[in-house]
Amino acid sequence: MAELVAVIASTHHPFYHRASTSTGENRPPFADEWVRKVEAFRETLTRARPDVLVMVGSDHFHQLWLDNMPQFLVGKAPFYDANFYNEEREFGLPKMVLKGQEDLSAYVLREGLDAGFDLAFSNELRIDHSITCPIITLRPQNDLPIVPVYTNIFAPPLPQPKRFVQLGRTIRQLIESWPSDQRVAVIGTGHLSLELGGPRQFGLHGPDPQFDQKAVEWISSGDIEGCLAEVSLDSLHAPGNATHGFMDFMLMMGVAGEGRKADYVDTFDLFHTMEAYFTWYPNGAGL
Amino acid sequence: MSRYLLDKFLFTVDRDPELVERYREDPAGTVAWWEAEQANRILNCHDGESSTWLRFDDTERAALAAHDYPTLFELGAHPFLTLTLFIAVFERDHAEPLGFQKEYAQRLSHFSLPYPDIAT
Repeated sequence: MAELVAVIASTHHPFYHRASTSTGENRPPFADEWVRKVEAFRETLTRARPDVLVMVGSDHFHQLWLDNMPQFLVGKAPFYDANFYNEEREFGLPKMVLKGQEDLSAYVLREGLDAGFDLAFSNELRIDHSITCPIITLRPQNDLPIVPVYTNIFAPPLPQPKRFVQLGRTIRQLIESWPSDQRVAVIGTGHLSLELGGPRQFGLHGPDPQFDQKAVEWISSGDIEGCLAEVSLDSLHAPGNATHGFMDFMLMMGVAGEGRKADYVDTFDLFHTMEAYFTWYPNGAGL
Repeated sequence: MSRYLLDKFLFTVDRDPELVERYREDPAGTVAWWEAEQANRILNCHDGESSTWLRFDDTERAALAAHDYPTLFELGAHPFLTLTLFIAVFERDHAEPLGFQKEYAQRLSHFSLPYPDIAT
């Protein structure tokens, strides 16, 4: 059976690429520290020596649209073109092409359907920065095939938080039952408190530092029950109007497991958002 | 009340470089053209199989035609779509990094929780 060698949860700040590659007076003062933190985080994936990456993210109204909106979607394609004109325009993100791991996509779809998740699928998916940002930060050589998993954290009605956790648990079970000798890492990105297009956007810190502190504690200690007890679709409006992206972190807590402490935790308090980086090694930090 | 159509305008303009420029230069004309020619297109269908019933109400049409993003927020247009498109339209007019984004927040500062519903 395949081996789950790393579980990684991260924020996906679209400004990282530009900040880390800019020079001279264009280089923001926080860039060097950000790069150091990201490179240390990258090492946590590298040392797990993955063959395949399952990438959990959320389309930001790029390909998926309100006339046909899936709640959970799995890509099944040999390749995925990536990044859109408006991401190039606003964030300076490059166009990319990623390879797909179609046999794992097919397995996740078939077995996921049979396990109670009515997953949508796409045979031609252009992926956006929710998946390319962690490739840029964690695997910039972009040499591994992926299985993209998209969640709807964006267009209400949304699935309940517990469904994200359940999907995470199911993804883990499916990877660990996949008849293959591949080493698989799951990487999911979301947000802590975040406001976009509202009055609390682009402040000196994230819109709700207290929420961020609690969220980091839930994630790093694997406190799924505590998190589910406090987080609801309604409650997530309070920390910031884009905070439903936190449910992708909850999905990753489901992959990692109840009570499972993260083996690596780091945060970085940036303007307008708290960056957060977590890695679990299911088979122990000794791999 | 057609939040969906507001979002459809923002979505289809934001993803098209020519339409972004056209909306910047001639917002009222772009909105009028879009409502007449594009509003009923089903994006994944042949043009011969368009919808027949979609139109803005007067408030929505006026808000789009005036680049009035605080009113779009009040009407429940999706905040991410609104922000992204208006950054494309106006960020270039601000010298300071994030200057437009901060002004945008300031112009919405009279809103408090709960924000307008964005469900479509």
